[in-house]
Amino acid sequence: MFNHLLSLLIWLPIAGAVPVLLAGSSRPNTARWLALLMAVLTFAVSLYLIPQYHADAGGMQLAESHLWIAALNVHYSLAVDGISVALILLTTFVGILVIVGAWEVIQDNPHQYMAAMLVLEGLMIGVFCATDALLFYVFFEAMLIPMFILIGIWGGPRRVYATLKFFIYTFLGSIFMLIGLIYLYLKAGTFDLHTLAALPLTLKEQSWLFFAFLIAFAVKVPMVPVHTWLPDAHVEAPTGGSVVLAAVMLKIGGYGFLRFSLPIVPDASMQFAWVVILLSLIAVVYIGYVALVQDDMKKLVAYSSVAHMGFVTLGVFIAFMLVREQGNTDAARLGMQGAMVQMISHGFISGAMFSCIGVLYDRLHTRSIKDYGGVINVMPWFGFFYVLFAMANCGLPGTSGFVGEFMVILASFSANPWIALFAAFTLIIGAAYTLWLVKRVLWGEVTNPHVAEMKDINGRETLVLGAFAALVLIVGVWPEPLIHLMDSSVTQLVQVLAIHKV
Amino acid sequence: MELSTSILLTIALAPLVGCLLAGFLGKQIGRVGAHSVTILGLLISCGLSFYVLYQITMGGAPVYNHNIYTWFEIGKYTATVGFLIDRLTAMMMVVVTFVSLLVHVYTIGYMADDDGYQRFFSYISLFTFSMLMLVMSNNFLQLFFGWEAVGLVSYLLIGFWYKRPTAIFANLKAFIVNRVGDFGFLLGIAAILYFLGTLDYATAFSTAPTLVGKTLTLTQSIHWDAATVICILLFIGAMGKSAQVPLHVWLPDSMEGPTPISALIHAATMVTAGIFMVARMSPLYELSDSALSFVLVIGATGALFTGLIGIVQNDIKRVVAYSTLSQLGYMTVALGVSAYAGAVFHLMTHAFFKALLFLGAGSVIIAMHHEQDMRYMGGLRKYMPITWITMWIGALALCGVPFFAGFYSKDSIIDAVHDSHRWGSGYAYFCVMAGAFVTATYTFRQMYMTFHGKERFKVIEHHGHDHHDAHGADDHHDDHGHLEPGVLHHAPKESPWVVTLPLILLAIPSLLVGYFTVQPVLFGGWFGGAVHVNEANNVLGEIGKEFHGSLAMALNGFTQLPFILIVLAFIITTYIYLFNPAMAGKIKNALKPLWTILDRKYWVDDIYFAIFARGGVMLGRMFWKGGDAAVIDGVLIDGSASLVQRIASGMRRVQSGYLYHYAFAMILGLILLLGGYWLIGQ
Repeated sequence: MFNHLLSLLIWLPIAGAVPVLLAGSSRPNTARWLALLMAVLTFAVSLYLIPQYHADAGGMQLAESHLWIAALNVHYSLAVDGISVALILLTTFVGILVIVGAWEVIQDNPHQYMAAMLVLEGLMIGVFCATDALLFYVFFEAMLIPMFILIGIWGGPRRVYATLKFFIYTFLGSIFMLIGLIYLYLKAGTFDLHTLAALPLTLKEQSWLFFAFLIAFAVKVPMVPVHTWLPDAHVEAPTGGSVVLAAVMLKIGGYGFLRFSLPIVPDASMQFAWVVILLSLIAVVYIGYVALVQDDMKKLVAYSSVAHMGFVTLGVFIAFMLVREQGNTDAARLGMQGAMVQMISHGFISGAMFSCIGVLYDRLHTRSIKDYGGVINVMPWFGFFYVLFAMANCGLPGTSGFVGEFMVILASFSANPWIALFAAFTLIIGAAYTLWLVKRVLWGEVTNPHVAEMKDINGRETLVLGAFAALVLIVGVWPEPLIHLMDSSVTQLVQVLAIHKV
Repeated sequence: MELSTSILLTIALAPLVGCLLAGFLGKQIGRVGAHSVTILGLLISCGLSFYVLYQITMGGAPVYNHNIYTWFEIGKYTATVGFLIDRLTAMMMVVVTFVSLLVHVYTIGYMADDDGYQRFFSYISLFTFSMLMLVMSNNFLQLFFGWEAVGLVSYLLIGFWYKRPTAIFANLKAFIVNRVGDFGFLLGIAAILYFLGTLDYATAFSTAPTLVGKTLTLTQSIHWDAATVICILLFIGAMGKSAQVPLHVWLPDSMEGPTPISALIHAATMVTAGIFMVARMSPLYELSDSALSFVLVIGATGALFTGLIGIVQNDIKRVVAYSTLSQLGYMTVALGVSAYAGAVFHLMTHAFFKALLFLGAGSVIIAMHHEQDMRYMGGLRKYMPITWITMWIGALALCGVPFFAGFYSKDSIIDAVHDSHRWGSGYAYFCVMAGAFVTATYTFRQMYMTFHGKERFKVIEHHGHDHHDAHGADDHHDDHGHLEPGVLHHAPKESPWVVTLPLILLAIPSLLVGYFTVQPVLFGGWFGGAVHVNEANNVLGEIGKEFHGSLAMALNGFTQLPFILIVLAFIITTYIYLFNPAMAGKIKNALKPLWTILDRKYWVDDIYFAIFARGGVMLGRMFWKGGDAAVIDGVLIDGSASLVQRIASGMRRVQSGYLYHYAFAMILGLILLLGGYWLIGQ
């Protein structure tokens, strides 16, 4: 069985969705408990990755491969490295919390909601395991369907506009990737990522491919200027949808850069690194200002996500400058690790922030900041969590939000002080938009009579927020285990950067 | 004997345990439980800190420098959590835990009636933990952790009364202004990692000389000296935390927080973190004269100009707040002339007398039922003698009257500036000297307006509020504590012992600590290797040659210019506030423009608010509406969607359903195709 650990991880939640669906709308509690059971099981199996994966050895491990489409030489091949393991753990962990979080909140066909969540979880794990480009692409696209359903059915009033925008945006992006993959397939005769990484390509070919990949992954991350689907999608999505979207789906963009752009087109990535770096810095500064003036809490956090994901792309692409221009591989590792930690940490923090907004929305049915104020008076425990996550969002040391940003800023100073200067601007603008939000929502007198009637978080909500809080603090206080898990993989990636294909 | 790691961990963690118990189990353990556990934690921490100080200075313990655990390890870069305990650290630990302990005790009285009693204790214990992590750190990562963590607690405590609009404005402002400083600080740390490849103090200091000659390339033609860049960036952090011009604007507003934290955080400890940091980094600062000149000029400007604002304040706490800004300027000036020991010495004496002044002001505020305006005070000395006398001790120490603690530290700074040849020292000398007069002026004015002269409040006995009389606590009392300014329901009276005891315990060092420690700390090389000064910059060493004991220094002080300025200020303020109260108004009217400038705080707050707060929101709106909504969504996304729609509706018209249309199109296509082939064939 353990030769198929990764397959088990992918298909367990997807298969688990079937009985959940069969429970039907007449037995909502059965569906909920079944879904929870499946999510917990998946999480338990994913924990088994930790002893199974040898962090010191690095490389792709736990591989399995079967011929899938013989005519096209497509394989169902899976394997993980430290980065995938970390992201899979994030996915399965968030998988439990979104189901707990939706428990009483989703009253309308909960069995379908829970089933969609489980399917989505399985597909996302698939993305992180696939080592065949076409298999990756299939998971990458299939993932959109459950998310489309989640937003389209359980979403807010403008959900149709949001789902269409979300779907077309991301689909359009991935079409370019498909074209790129087909080109590579015609050249190499395989979709195997490892073979593609070794494929010699001219700079011109690499450049075309680089932009094809860039469009696909930039939309997912999302990077400026293709980020505008995200605020709309978040605003309309149900809480669980937002949590998964922010916590896991955005990471797939960052992950794609690591699996495709870096190894397959390293020279073009080097040549156009400045484009990505520039866009990342624009994300930090420009989006920071945009976040400042949002009236809708979800939009604010959505924009904040774009700004924070800027550190992921920044950390990945300054590595090129550090390795190739200065030969400073250690600094490159620092930046790349920072980007990876930022991905995981942003998963916790954005998941937690959207969960918090969900808690408020369930009580007052509005996301507008001006409808709140003085919430701390009636919800002190909620206030505790909200301030904690806000501080993590500002990158306060001791929380996970600090670790990645700190490492990326340190590394980028070595690349170019100007990059560090703009990146570090997040310290100011991030604090401004986050704490201004806290001020308007939490502090002050209660002015809205409905706020006065709000009840503090219940046990279920405390569980969800508490779990996020524990991870935010653990990673913040002691990031070394997480870093060690990914270190050998990051080192190998950095070595790949140094290899010239032309 | 080497210090034991477990003792150091206990010192740092005992307040944290108290914080967690009081914070999470506040309801279960109740008020007494909350203050008991936190005070117990502080007692342990403070007691052991004294033990550590003893071991380090007299017990012959070597400098402790060990890592506790690894935070990350990536290639040659490591970040750790660990402690560096030398004399500088040990002294800071004692100052922090001692003042914090007294503030904990004082809080029992000050916050007695507050609903957030347990929360308050939890916060101040958390603060103590954070501050200890800051001073005990042996590396830049943990320094930054402590640095930001004290900022967080400061944010929480300024906004402690979260219903007050002014409080929640002030805490947001404090956090963001501090973040501007931290922005520089973080870049400074990044620069250290870039040039020296380490985050560890000891390694950084030992390799610091390699910075000489290195430059940071900003553009093709601009290269900055590495040491100068690092030092100025780090100092920007200190400007935020230690409220130096032009990042000083948050400190006066921080007075929105309860008085105990004004004493602890915004006077004695947190705001001095920047001073401590620069002293700790002395091996780096000694490499750059330019950076030290920058420090000197910034400090001198703050020392004089923020002090001037203190003269026109009527809020008893704000006078002390501006005084703190001014004194922080003095410490910074000392740093700027390489008199690091002098800066830290003034930091210590200031911690005692300024905490005393704040807590004294708090005692007055309790007595006045939360009236803070000195215009409604006066003559309080007969109601609260302990507060009155102890505050006078603090006031004289602040002014720098010989024999008091502040005299030894402040006069040494003035002398050091006088002897320094660093660029900017002439300007700084003028500022600190004029500042001595200013300090004495606002201090005597405050003391007279509060304790002396006529009573400017009325007591109207009002029954039914008797249960509030003991020691009123928070803003709830503002609603019914006094009907109109200056009207009290009860005659003011001395505060309970939990309030006065800390005053007495702070008055003792405010009086004596300078006399007994000036010789070793300033001139005896007490700090040892903790502070590094180049021989050429050693102004304290020069002054030390003329030092013949504390007594001689004090006696000599009576003949020096600073004392003459104090006497002058004394005469002027005594005449105005005791004998001719109408005079104050006349002077104010005569100097109306000057008064306006000071009352408006040089318009700095207004300018910042207009540019950064309003400007930031405007910029954000412009980006959002102009960039995201109009260009990206409007033109690119929805624009391409509508383009597709237009093309599609055009295409739809082609599909008319008439057979002859299609036949025509086929023929046309065939002709074009064949024609094309024919053309290519040609």
